[in-house]
Amino acid sequence: MPDKRIRVLIAKPGLDGHDRGAKVICRALRDAGFEVIYTGLRRNPEEIVSSAIQEDVSVIGLSILSGAHNVLFPKIINLLKEQGGEGIKVIAGGIIPEKDIPGLKKIGISEVFLPGTPTNKIVEWIRGNLK
Amino acid sequence: MKKDYDRWKKDKYLEGLKNSGIGRKNHTTISGKKIKELYIPDDLKGFDYKNDLSFPGEYPYTRGIHPTMYHGRLWTMRQFSGFGSAEDTNKRYKYLLKHGQTGLSVAFHLPTLMGVDSDHPLAEGEIGKCGVAIDSLADMEILFKGIPLDKITTSMTINPPAAVLWAMYIAVAEKQGVSSKVISGTIQNDILKEYIAQKTFVFPPGPSMKLIVDTFEYGSKEVPRWNTISISGYHIREAGSTAVQELAFTIRDGIEYVEWALKRGLKIDDFAPRLSFFFNSHNDFMEEIAKFRAARRLWAKIMKERFGAENKRSWLLRFHTQTSGVSLMAQQPYNNVVRVAIQALAAVLGGTQSLHTNSLDETYALPSEEAVTIALRTQQIIAHESGVTNTIDPLGGSYFIEKLTNEMEDEAEDYIKKIDDMGGMVKAIEMGFPQKEVIDSSYDYQKALEKQEKIIVGVNAFQSEHETIPLLEIDEHVAKHQLQRLKEVKKTRNSSKVKNTLRELKKAAQDDKNLMPYLLDCVREYATLGEIMDTMAEVYGRYQEPITY
Repeated sequence: MPDKRIRVLIAKPGLDGHDRGAKVICRALRDAGFEVIYTGLRRNPEEIVSSAIQEDVSVIGLSILSGAHNVLFPKIINLLKEQGGEGIKVIAGGIIPEKDIPGLKKIGISEVFLPGTPTNKIVEWIRGNLK
Repeated sequence: MKKDYDRWKKDKYLEGLKNSGIGRKNHTTISGKKIKELYIPDDLKGFDYKNDLSFPGEYPYTRGIHPTMYHGRLWTMRQFSGFGSAEDTNKRYKYLLKHGQTGLSVAFHLPTLMGVDSDHPLAEGEIGKCGVAIDSLADMEILFKGIPLDKITTSMTINPPAAVLWAMYIAVAEKQGVSSKVISGTIQNDILKEYIAQKTFVFPPGPSMKLIVDTFEYGSKEVPRWNTISISGYHIREAGSTAVQELAFTIRDGIEYVEWALKRGLKIDDFAPRLSFFFNSHNDFMEEIAKFRAARRLWAKIMKERFGAENKRSWLLRFHTQTSGVSLMAQQPYNNVVRVAIQALAAVLGGTQSLHTNSLDETYALPSEEAVTIALRTQQIIAHESGVTNTIDPLGGSYFIEKLTNEMEDEAEDYIKKIDDMGGMVKAIEMGFPQKEVIDSSYDYQKALEKQEKIIVGVNAFQSEHETIPLLEIDEHVAKHQLQRLKEVKKTRNSSKVKNTLRELKKAAQDDKNLMPYLLDCVREYATLGEIMDTMAEVYGRYQEPITY
């Protein structure tokens, strides 16, 4: 899609400061030609959703390693729906136990990328799922 | 020698590779450092045993800080642990002590690490997840119930609120009838690496450094057996730095703390013996061993030559090691046991004073009891079965290890010089220098993985389906229980005394006094961690990180 650059928000919910993964993803998406907006650390669901809407992104990538995903992700999805952002795809990565993934997909997380995923898989997923 | 080497390389080595159809390849460490095919005496030109190595327990301590090393005493097997409520963790501590662990190491949950109480909005979903929930002295009393604080040493991984948690520990000891003069342990208390890597910060650099110097000053008088800082490379490495960057930034952080303490008027030999260090042990075995050896020599020289320390104890780089968390893989998790064993062995061959071995399940969650036991047994096997403790610094004198030790020291010195020229580490952090170096390295490594220039077994090569493993789960009832206790503490304490001590604390902060005595007064009255940190933030402000990637 060379005509319009895909805009992605990489967000760090949760209290942890582990931003290595988020920053690597930011750079990889940038190098793949996307426009990347990074929220910085410790953003609450309200802040994440309002930046996503303001920045008019097509995808939100949530990076979390604190274990609070089951509490924070549903809030983000609900806020998106409330604020007219249900068209935005939400993907996630970090330390997320496999058994939590079906539940997260059910509430509307489109994909969960586990540790060890090559960055080009994420790039391909985004390109393939924004039709 | 050089001629013989050139001949061998051309006729035998390169020819051999050519004949086998492999061709010449670059060999690099996990940090991307180039390694030669063979090391020979010529690589150590000018090598002087007495100057470069000397004997264990003798300057510059390359071979170890103690004359007897592990013959006198093994390293302390110290497993970092904490989860759920103070009751849960107290039980785990008693289990670990019963199984031969020799020191405690407290992992706090994220709200405590960030200096907020469990009832703070940011704590939602985080209570007890990554460590134990401590809001006030009431939790700390339960955490150490039945554990005599004069008999064990305790390490506490805590940074911006370190002085507060330390005050709580001192207060628990008081209640046990144990004087602050005899308790022993470590607070991490290293804010610089937080700005660089782990990003657990509250106050801006200036006030943070002031609080740290307060602990140095108070400790040197009142808690003389306590290590008031653990200057940490661990997190810098986990965030993606190279081994040299880990070494250089850690040592430069150490220099920064010394300089700030000297500016306060402290005497180097009064506080320097209580400075301790904390390094990562990653996958690249030889590079890690060289890093530990170089660190000791570098620090000894800096303390003696740069700062003129005269007390030999000030010259010693005493360090804790943890195996690399980020090297553990979710895929085929049992392979992690092997990675941990190799990394732990490097730490021991590098002469560590204490060691935490990670558990195989830690890419998923905090470790289960079974996984922690294997991790501890790994250390015991190295200590008692492998034979590596029979002689001190067994790799000393290897052409390769000595050359690598020299190179790492030189490369670290270049970084240190660069940061000196920027005006010190606080300045360098404000300019974003070490942060950017770390992100660059981590991205380089990621690209090397994706091009398969670096291999991770089970991840980008040798993949297979793996079984799921049993995991520790933190029940949401922990949060309820913790919030209940916090409410009770707030109800039953003497609230006018709490207000009073907090007011005094604020005044002391405004008057730039040493805050330790005031913090002790606050915690004794059960002021909560969040209340104390908020009070200090009113004076000091809060740090905002520039958002970059």
